[in-house]
Amino acid sequence: MRDQMQTGARHVGIIFRKEIGGYFNSPVAYITLVVFLLISGWFFSSSFFLINESDLRGLFNIIPVIYLFFIPAITMGLIAREKSAGTMELLVTLPLEDWEVVLGKYLAAVSLIAVGLLYTLFHFFTLTFVGTNIDVGALFAGYLGLLLAGGVYAAAGVFCSAVTGNQITAFILGFLIVFAFFMMDKVLFFIPSFMAGIVQFISVDYHLSNISRGVIDSRNLIYFGTMIAVFLIMAVRVLEMRKWR
Amino acid sequence: MIRVENLTKYYGDVCAIKDVNFTVHDGEILGFLGPNGAGKTTTLRIITTYLTPTAGTVYIDDLNIAEHSNELRSRIGYLPELNPMYAEMPVIDLLVFVASARGITGRRFKEALGRVMESCGIREVLHRLVGELSKGYRQRVGLAMAMIHDPEILIMDEPSAGLDPNQIVEIRALIKELGKEKTVIMSSHILQEVQAVADRMVILNKGQVVADGTTTDLMAGFEGKAQLTLEVKKATKKSIQGLATKFTDIQIQVDNIKNGAGILELEYPTGQDLREQIFGYAVESGWVVLEMSRRQARLEDIFRSLTVEEGGAHA
Repeated sequence: MRDQMQTGARHVGIIFRKEIGGYFNSPVAYITLVVFLLISGWFFSSSFFLINESDLRGLFNIIPVIYLFFIPAITMGLIAREKSAGTMELLVTLPLEDWEVVLGKYLAAVSLIAVGLLYTLFHFFTLTFVGTNIDVGALFAGYLGLLLAGGVYAAAGVFCSAVTGNQITAFILGFLIVFAFFMMDKVLFFIPSFMAGIVQFISVDYHLSNISRGVIDSRNLIYFGTMIAVFLIMAVRVLEMRKWR
Repeated sequence: MIRVENLTKYYGDVCAIKDVNFTVHDGEILGFLGPNGAGKTTTLRIITTYLTPTAGTVYIDDLNIAEHSNELRSRIGYLPELNPMYAEMPVIDLLVFVASARGITGRRFKEALGRVMESCGIREVLHRLVGELSKGYRQRVGLAMAMIHDPEILIMDEPSAGLDPNQIVEIRALIKELGKEKTVIMSSHILQEVQAVADRMVILNKGQVVADGTTTDLMAGFEGKAQLTLEVKKATKKSIQGLATKFTDIQIQVDNIKNGAGILELEYPTGQDLREQIFGYAVESGWVVLEMSRRQARLEDIFRSLTVEEGGAHA
């Protein structure tokens, strides 16, 4: 059992390294990161000095919107491209399990998101430079929330990439799913009251805003963990279906 | 030993292969032959566990591939059709990736790399991007990837497709060399290739095995036709038609005669020699015979007769 876990982890690491290499050997990572930073930087700095408050709320509000495009863009190719290029045949005839492949690819995408978030720490340093009375704990929680929300969207993106052999389709599907999760707690007003609670609970933003307030509640963590697991397991199942088509 | 038993695969309603049975013995090179679309790739994809059969199974050394998928994959080296590869990767990275996925790292990787660089001749392209390689080098890199873990079983789907004649000769020599110690399945739609390389061949047509054996086996069991090629002058349309009506055994395969001159190809069952009668008829009809040559049934004819539908259309 322990041996299996070790081999599994090693295999995940191999796929992870390949995908990270794939991101940075091609323009994908650079373009998406630059766009991510430009937009987040613009929306943050343009209002930062006007509002005159010592927090990163502007940044934390805009990042989920950028996620809508950023995350489907970095996940769309992960599996769809293997299918369209035929390299899937190479990959799955190696002695790797499907879940190892999916998890390795997923972690690569999450790392790219983390790199993007890491760069936005620049604004955090700006803040420490000019601001006073900064709530570092709340900022840390905010970043954790953003990473977890990004994790859910990335899992959804990996799933979409597994469903189709076309990157564009994967992008559009990914965008739709991310958009649906993004909109859920913004349309609660229009949803019948008996469903509103459920919809709110499924909504990513609801849990994100809880964490962003600085309260790291296990309920929210369990929510993020479950959503990620559900999408990744679905992705693995879809991948296994190729054999039976 | 690889044992393929009653393998059947449907893609939706379309039947790709039906009840395919054959075995491959240890240390044997099996040529897997058939026209395009016969189901060769499907069969190989099932053996390499890429696809799951609709019915039937494959055993490798009495292990069922469905139950021991992962274990058996590590014993197989596979060169897929069209040789898909990550174009944006340098060759060396690709080899490192494949090797590490097979648990070969460090000193063992260095040894393995030395071995495949030697046997596949890829030393000079090691640091080039896969996407920039010529087709011949791509194929060699594909082989190197398939062989990096020194597998007992090597499965190659159309290994010589798209190569130039020199490269084809090289790759055949390499496969023959490999076949000395490994079990090899090589698919091809080119008969000469299989004949040159393989110990035994399995011919597939429309998803079914139509022949299985060595060249001599196949030749022995075949009732073929002899072909006679005539180059003539002064042959009228009427007299050509008259030939077929006079000798009912003779079929005119090719009639390439313009203004009375050209090539005529005739076919008749082996076992009788009709050359004398045909020559006699030609003289009677006033033809000028420039050339007349006979060709006995060969493996090509066997292949054609097994894989071509009535009416001559390819399956």
